[in-house]
Amino acid sequence: MRRVAVTGMGAVSPFGRGFAALISGLVEGRSAIKVLDELKDYGGLRTRLAALVPGVDGKEIPRSKRRSMSRQSIFAVLAAQEALTQAALPEAEYGSGRYGVVVGTTISSLETSESFFADHFRDKSFSRMKTSLFFKTMNHSAAANVAHFFGLEGRLLAPAAACATGCQALGYAYEMIASGVQDVMVCGGTEEFHPLSAATFDLMNAASFRYNDRPELASRPFDRERDGVVCGEGAGVLVLEDWQSAQDRGAKILAEIIGFATLTETGSIAEPSSAAMQRCMALALANAGVEADVIDYVNAHATATEKGDIAEAQALLGLFGEQIPVSSLKGHLGHTLAASGGLETIATIEMMRRGELIPTRNLNEIDPRCQGPRIFTAIEKQTTSLALKNNFALGGVNCSLVIRAGQ
Amino acid sequence: MTDAEIISLVNDSLVEEFELESSTMVSEAEIFDDLGLDSLDIVDMVVVLEEALGIKIRDDEGLREIRTLGDIHQFILQKKRETEAVS
Repeated sequence: MRRVAVTGMGAVSPFGRGFAALISGLVEGRSAIKVLDELKDYGGLRTRLAALVPGVDGKEIPRSKRRSMSRQSIFAVLAAQEALTQAALPEAEYGSGRYGVVVGTTISSLETSESFFADHFRDKSFSRMKTSLFFKTMNHSAAANVAHFFGLEGRLLAPAAACATGCQALGYAYEMIASGVQDVMVCGGTEEFHPLSAATFDLMNAASFRYNDRPELASRPFDRERDGVVCGEGAGVLVLEDWQSAQDRGAKILAEIIGFATLTETGSIAEPSSAAMQRCMALALANAGVEADVIDYVNAHATATEKGDIAEAQALLGLFGEQIPVSSLKGHLGHTLAASGGLETIATIEMMRRGELIPTRNLNEIDPRCQGPRIFTAIEKQTTSLALKNNFALGGVNCSLVIRAGQ
Repeated sequence: MTDAEIISLVNDSLVEEFELESSTMVSEAEIFDDLGLDSLDIVDMVVVLEEALGIKIRDDEGLREIRTLGDIHQFILQKKRETEAVS
């Protein structure tokens, strides 16, 4: 199996466009969560909170390319552009068939579908339908738009595993390079906010609404006073590359992906399973060929739901013991769903590069039921050689990546 | 509507839909080469013009002959006249 390097990272996040905006927001401990007034117009919805991407309209993308892009495709293309710029790969190779794309979304563009059907249901006519509808809503739209925009002509895959989508995308891309079928993969996840996402969590009593009047205090992973998820949006895209090729061309290797596992727990389509989480992390470590005691940091999925945070904390305690440093970034970013795997992996890699770990925002008093692993609450200076990244999803999907520090 | 008003409405609709520069909207502009549209855009152009002008042109053979913006104008003006004559 070949080694797999990370040579590019790009972000569109609730902190704005670009990697730098993401990292400064996290390092400064800011909240990207805001009150979204229009949510009050939706009956049956208790939350008024969201973490939206500010100031990105994609108008710089030529119309001929943008016409097939929903907002989540625009996010993905802009994040991919930043990642590819950093990777500085030879553009002549983009069309070689050795460069592929794995980019997924939770669901196809709801904004686009809503807009079409709102008009369509007036008279059930298709006469006003435009060609862009399908290209914006096909399940592989974001991945296809990234491929077409940059001329990446290798494999194309659009995984969909809700909140584990981004993490799976990175993992599947890693496996394609490790096995030798592709040399470079542009991979990650993207998400556009729609009230339906918030309503879905709200329906299951898993969306935050007690902090509607104090948005910066909402989304409190592991905290005793947490009351659920705040939905966000964005895109996190990485360039993964055959390690030897990256080394030979003198590329800056930001990190190395050394292990991946994903599995499905079928006891419940909605309930998290601590045992399955632990099994998934153990499989990722085995895939990496490392023991639990050499992992220096875990970037948790921890979305601030009651059950999910407890299940993950218990799984972390069971596998790593009490000394493992753990944090979740969802107190800052909210839950960016399909984008979370990419965005949080990018942040984890940057923490490794800086030698400083970002704590969980809004964690004032840890829920006793989450106690066990060392869930720290202030920035910590630490050399991190190996990190583990978790993402878990409705549908019973569990996903873990093992990351080694770069050069 | 006068012919000038129809041409203006056609141009405005196309400028908005395809984000074209008004300065490029001259009669001799080639749809593909000068305005940068392609076959998918032509499908959407039909939808846009049908909506803007309240006419049905999708199945019209004359569409295939269109090469320039001026051709579109003439095609639409002809279509409007036929529609009005029938009604």
